Amino acid sequence: MSPVTTEKRGSAPAAPGGGGGPGGALAGALLAAMRNNMRQYGMLVALGLIVVVFQVWSDGTLLLPRNVSNIVQQNSYILILAMGMMIVIIAGHIDLSVGSLCAFASAMSAVMMVNHDFPWPLALTCSLLIGAVAGAWQGFWIAYVGIPSFIVTLAGMLVFRGLTQIVLEGQSLAPFPKGFQNIAQGFLPETGPETNYHNLTLLLGIAIGLFLLWQEWRDRRRQLSYELDVLPYPLWLAKCAFIVAAVVVATLMLASYRGVPVVLLIMAGLLISLSYVMRNVVVGRHVYALGGNKAAATLSGVKDKRVTFLVFVNMGVLAALAGCVYAARLNAGVPKAGEMFELEAIAAAFIGGASMSGGIGTVFGAIIGGLVLGVLNNGMSLVGLGTDYQQVIKGLVLLAAVGFDIWNKRRAGV
Amino acid sequence: MTAAVLEMRSITKTFPGVTALADVSLTVAPGEIHAVCGENGAGKSTLMKVLSGVHPHGSYEGEILFEGEPCAFKDIGASEERGIVIIHQELALVPYLSIAENIFLGNEQARRGVISWNETLRSAAALLKRVGLGAEKPQTRIADIGVGKQQLVEIAKALSKKVKLLILDEPTAALNDEDSRKLLDLIREFRDQGIACILISHKLNEIRQVADSVTILRDGRTIETLAVRGAEPALSEDRIIRGMVGRDLDHRFPERSHYRGEDAGTVALAVEGWTVRHPIDHERTVVDDVSIEVGRGEIVGIAGLMGAGRTELAMSVFGRSYGRYESGTVRVDGREVDTRTVPDAVRHGIAYVTEDRKTYGLNLIDNVMRNITLPSLPKLRRRGAVDEHEERRVAEGFRTSMNIKTPTVFETVGRLSGGNQQKVVLGKWIHADPEVLILDEPTRGIDVGAKYEIYTVIDQLAARGKAIVFISSELPELLGMCDRIYTMTAGRLTGEVPRAEATQEVLMRHMTTHVRNEG
Repeated sequence: MSPVTTEKRGSAPAAPGGGGGPGGALAGALLAAMRNNMRQYGMLVALGLIVVVFQVWSDGTLLLPRNVSNIVQQNSYILILAMGMMIVIIAGHIDLSVGSLCAFASAMSAVMMVNHDFPWPLALTCSLLIGAVAGAWQGFWIAYVGIPSFIVTLAGMLVFRGLTQIVLEGQSLAPFPKGFQNIAQGFLPETGPETNYHNLTLLLGIAIGLFLLWQEWRDRRRQLSYELDVLPYPLWLAKCAFIVAAVVVATLMLASYRGVPVVLLIMAGLLISLSYVMRNVVVGRHVYALGGNKAAATLSGVKDKRVTFLVFVNMGVLAALAGCVYAARLNAGVPKAGEMFELEAIAAAFIGGASMSGGIGTVFGAIIGGLVLGVLNNGMSLVGLGTDYQQVIKGLVLLAAVGFDIWNKRRAGV
Repeated sequence: MTAAVLEMRSITKTFPGVTALADVSLTVAPGEIHAVCGENGAGKSTLMKVLSGVHPHGSYEGEILFEGEPCAFKDIGASEERGIVIIHQELALVPYLSIAENIFLGNEQARRGVISWNETLRSAAALLKRVGLGAEKPQTRIADIGVGKQQLVEIAKALSKKVKLLILDEPTAALNDEDSRKLLDLIREFRDQGIACILISHKLNEIRQVADSVTILRDGRTIETLAVRGAEPALSEDRIIRGMVGRDLDHRFPERSHYRGEDAGTVALAVEGWTVRHPIDHERTVVDDVSIEVGRGEIVGIAGLMGAGRTELAMSVFGRSYGRYESGTVRVDGREVDTRTVPDAVRHGIAYVTEDRKTYGLNLIDNVMRNITLPSLPKLRRRGAVDEHEERRVAEGFRTSMNIKTPTVFETVGRLSGGNQQKVVLGKWIHADPEVLILDEPTRGIDVGAKYEIYTVIDQLAARGKAIVFISSELPELLGMCDRIYTMTAGRLTGEVPRAEATQEVLMRHMTTHVRNEG
């Protein structure tokens, strides 16, 4: 998890790295960097392999711009949940209630919009607030009363599922205003002259590319001014080139269909801000410390109860957001929404490098884990494998990912 | 000379990038106590792991002969079968199982898969008697007996396996003097019964007391094997130290430097009438009406036997992290302060460096840098976020100034040796820049060279005007470092001895007064 080498800012699922610098020394430095981030690079490489396999198997359908947008939208709610779940797991807890909470938040938004004619932004805001309150409720029992999170959220799973059925009276509620549907189904609006590409997306891509390069450059300059070790110059250039390439590919892919999905922007915003919080904001660091060694963290002045509480409030808000995205995609509030979501989110977090005992993982890892599952789902559907086989394969992937991790750690002699 | 019971020949063990052992040989004669010593990272633990099969045959070069036969242990079970039993520094007992269950864990007294409890209890009682724990019931839970007795239970467990070679890794690190003495007596008894023993220890006086010979390792190599018992002239501690560090350590302690600030000598920390009750058993007073004062630039020791209430005093002052507060006040620089929570205590300039770095001091799975900066992250904030460059600079600074041996500051702390971990814990609190530092056994379980480095750091802190409270079970280090020493017994302050008057005998007398009066 060395800050010199981790790249967390890219929002696009980057293809596996080019590997092997021009010289032997460079390759050595690259290998050293890889070794430090084995888990994350390992899963990135695995994701790349899965993409390649299904790209070939599906005769190129997988990476069609249309299908890429599809993958993003299909998996958005799981990815949002996985980001929150990752933080919960880093803190040394678990949340089984997120699927039910998704359902409850989506049901409440449906009731507000369909039965009471709330404008959709108000309904969305209220739903997120409900998520926060639900998270605070669970966080209270876990942090301040000291009931294990497994129990509290198992109870929450039942409670919120029940509440969902109560508010929906067992019925589906539909339809939603167009604006609300756009959260999950919409794309950035199009402006400007007629090109073959989506103009705003191109502009956004250029902006992001420049921003990332600027940041790389600034980081390097500051590291040099502090006389810290930096990547060798050619390797750094290669890294920049790789970033540019990844941004260009992702941009062209999205711009040649209908542009950037709205939900992708939401996820990218979450990924960047949550990664930043977990890495650079004091409370985020305290989450890692708490998960790694609660006693030591407390004796170092970490307010364990408050941090735990906040982690669950955050999870509650994200679960509510995921619920709204799901409802928007379905264009209906249904009693059975969000079933098994908690398990998908937990699986994504573990595939993405979380540790059962807490203290380890990154939000970016959760995205990788979620995408591994998502691309597998999509790819297997494309080649016509049924859900029966899909489940078996996903289960085995989870087992293999965590097994690989443990094997790798043992080899490193931790 | 009779054939050796154990011969390890030219053992070489490499890990990716590191040679942990290079051509190490060790020969143990039958029925001898053979000490192995060396600085942290010298390869002692690795050598024992090779011997006990933790590093299986094939993962190292060289050969092991036990009772004259070559051995190829594939795991711990295989070495135990031959009668080689290792007792680790961290005890491997299950707290909620009984003594008897622990003794026979993995070796259950069963007939056709069904445990015979009568047999288990009877054998356990017999074994307990052999290790001097005849008064304990085999049904008692491990969690309910002290750490000294737990250590003896470990030995009983080893005996139950028909041990021929007992390996003890720092067996007395967590024990008080009395328990240590009992344990060492026991080892001597075993020797007389023909059980050979390898004793890994940092306590050189122990080695001189009980060992027959000592092998010194340094940087993964055998430096020398010296005779201890019957050596003429007697083997001195300095002689062993010279072998361990490769140079003479003229002074075990640094020359004390003095703080010359204007406020030198003014009272920085004053604890008055501090009384704390046991966290579960509220009837029991663990710290009883204790008042201490520490001046700026002063190092004040607290001596006491295990259970005297030293750690409890320190932890309860530091954010009431232990027990139930009853009464008492804390003043920093003359002002009464609220130390009800850890952040409160830290804000008022108090820091506590724990005696148990693995449980309370470090996040072992995180890196060196993040461990150092954890208590002082708010200080590293720039516009609301932790400035990573500054953070790294700080960590690199400590790595250099404290000589923390780690490839980078991004190394996982759990992989560092004990001495280096201790430096990280110290660095973490030094960076928080407190006015008062309470150090609880800061040199426990670390080697002589690292100890000296830690003493130097402590001295420098005092020279910068910090007030230091130094809790230790090793009287020589208190005598070597402190300006004044308080003694505690059973939760009470029983003495205050200035440096000039302090000797081990004087301190020991104060540390046991109370016990003598009542017992």
